[in-house]
Amino acid sequence: MLSIRQLGVSFTQYDQGLNQRQLTVITDLDLEVQAGEVVAVVGASGSGKSLLAHAVLGILPDNAQVTGSLRFKGQPLTPARCAQLRGQDIALIPQSVGYLDPLMKVGPQVRRVAQLGGLSKAAAQTAVGRTFNRYDLLPSTQGRYPFQISGGMARRVLVATAVVSQADLVIADEPTPGLHPEIATETLTHLRELADEGRGVMVITHDIEAALQIADRVAVFYAGTTVEIAAAADFPERLRHPYTQALWRSLPQNDFIPVPGHQPSPDQLPTGCLFSDRCPWFTPDCAAERPALRSVRGGLVRCIHAD
Amino acid sequence: MRLADLIRFAGSRLVRLGLLLMAVSVFTFVLISLSPISPVNAYVGADIMQIGPEQRQLIAERWGLDQPMIVRFWQWLRQFVQGNWGTSLIFNQPVLSVIGQRFQASLQMLAIAWLLSGLLGLGLGIFAGAYEGSWLDRGIRLYAYVLASAPTFWVALLLLIVFAVSLRIAPICCAAPPGTLAANVTLGQRLHHLLLPAITLSIIGIASIALHTRQKLIEVLHSDYVLFAKAQGESLAGIIRHHGLRNILLPAITLQFASLSELFGGAVLVEQVYAYPGLGEATVQAALRSDVPLLVGIVFFSALFVYTGNTLADFAYQVIDPRIRIGGER
Ligand code: SF4
Repeated sequence: MLSIRQLGVSFTQYDQGLNQRQLTVITDLDLEVQAGEVVAVVGASGSGKSLLAHAVLGILPDNAQVTGSLRFKGQPLTPARCAQLRGQDIALIPQSVGYLDPLMKVGPQVRRVAQLGGLSKAAAQTAVGRTFNRYDLLPSTQGRYPFQISGGMARRVLVATAVVSQADLVIADEPTPGLHPEIATETLTHLRELADEGRGVMVITHDIEAALQIADRVAVFYAGTTVEIAAAADFPERLRHPYTQALWRSLPQNDFIPVPGHQPSPDQLPTGCLFSDRCPWFTPDCAAERPALRSVRGGLVRCIHAD
Repeated sequence: MRLADLIRFAGSRLVRLGLLLMAVSVFTFVLISLSPISPVNAYVGADIMQIGPEQRQLIAERWGLDQPMIVRFWQWLRQFVQGNWGTSLIFNQPVLSVIGQRFQASLQMLAIAWLLSGLLGLGLGIFAGAYEGSWLDRGIRLYAYVLASAPTFWVALLLLIVFAVSLRIAPICCAAPPGTLAANVTLGQRLHHLLLPAITLSIIGIASIALHTRQKLIEVLHSDYVLFAKAQGESLAGIIRHHGLRNILLPAITLQFASLSELFGGAVLVEQVYAYPGLGEATVQAALRSDVPLLVGIVFFSALFVYTGNTLADFAYQVIDPRIRIGGER
């Protein structure tokens, strides 16, 4: 359904005077999302995850340059096609209630999403009623302002926006941060249901555990690129990339050993492998060029030494 | 807002108003007592040459001018509170009725200027903000900055020269054609005389409202909820209609009420240039010709007017913003 090849996103920044700086936030990113599956994009903060969502939706800021190819249902995603598809075929589930208009009641806001998705006003109202009912939101919730609803309700309202838009591809950006574990599980279940109904779901998160609860495949993000795309079942024994393995070990319930070092800053990326300065397997070959994404044991990995 | 909050709000405002007026009265009284204008001279006017020092002494005693300042203040305040604001020397009428007539004339002008500046300022601000960085934005901003820094009387003179002197489509002065009896002035004539001063006054208000609206809209357009709206496929026009207006209207309304005081100040200069017989023009007259009772009356009235404007602004905010109205939080 969604196919991303060699995606690059960079920003031109001007600091003091006319010094141009090129910030490369996404490099050589490859990703595939099929109908009916949940693909989790997992990475530490600052790895360009949210920008991936914005790039697919075509809502990056004006000073961003996009390279590579984005395809949706086989057709290239040109800016014009993006504008036409977003809200209709591709929907975003944002991070928090802060993405709702603070001065507009919840019901009309969700109804507006349904209308933008192509429904008439009356049909949109019906769809909102039905969807609120599906997610155990009382009809009176529609008359509330975003500041009046609880965190759990807010999550359900945000999921409802994706449902009423009738989109085939749903991108959830950090669906579980700071949520009570029960509510997080509930939200994840809702996302899984969306995929089981035939939609493609891309979940962007920093929380591997949450991702593994529902994902079919996990794409691991590092410094703006996918270093590994593994089946959920590959965790933890069959991981291929040293970063993925280190990330797994860094979880509190595992060894809780932090990955040494820091992600490279976007304005000074290393020339070779982006992980080279932190990698325990580093050899001089790694610094020669960016490793290509290659197939290893049924998954994809961007490392010359993985096997 | 709940009724209890409403009452508390109104109560606190009234107390503050009382304190403000008290301060204004003390301040005015002290200033005028210290001013070189002798009340006897001011009262007697041109006939002052014909009375001798004994008579002056008598008048002063009759008025209690030999009493200490604090006593005089209380006496004055008592009269003032009872509605006896004295008689205007230059108009030879009770101060309250002079203020009433003059304010009516000013009010029409202020109302037109207020609406015009509000609507035009909002419109220009929205365009500038929506197309931030474009030539349209730059043009509107330049216009606003030039107006914001141009002195009021200069703008007034310029418009007077262009429209009344060169183009001859606006009257050159006053609230009605000279020599016409007040009763015979038609509505059309009144509007005709009102329009240029009102427009001048509104031009001054437009600048700040446009700049504020622009700023606020830009803020809104960079917000997370607008990003989400874009992701839903909302167009720029849709974003402004459904999210922009709603979110800039609150500060705009607040600003609009708060701008009343600015307009009121501007009116003094504008009325002077157009010789428009409003409250502002009366203020200048009273000051130039030492009409103390009128001046004091106007000072009081202005304080009341400006305070009302600001209170309405605060009040509007609390009533309109659901976060304050319902939640009692921001
Ligand atoms: S390519 Fe080299 S540096 Fe990069 S992850 Fe593999 S081993 Fe490490």
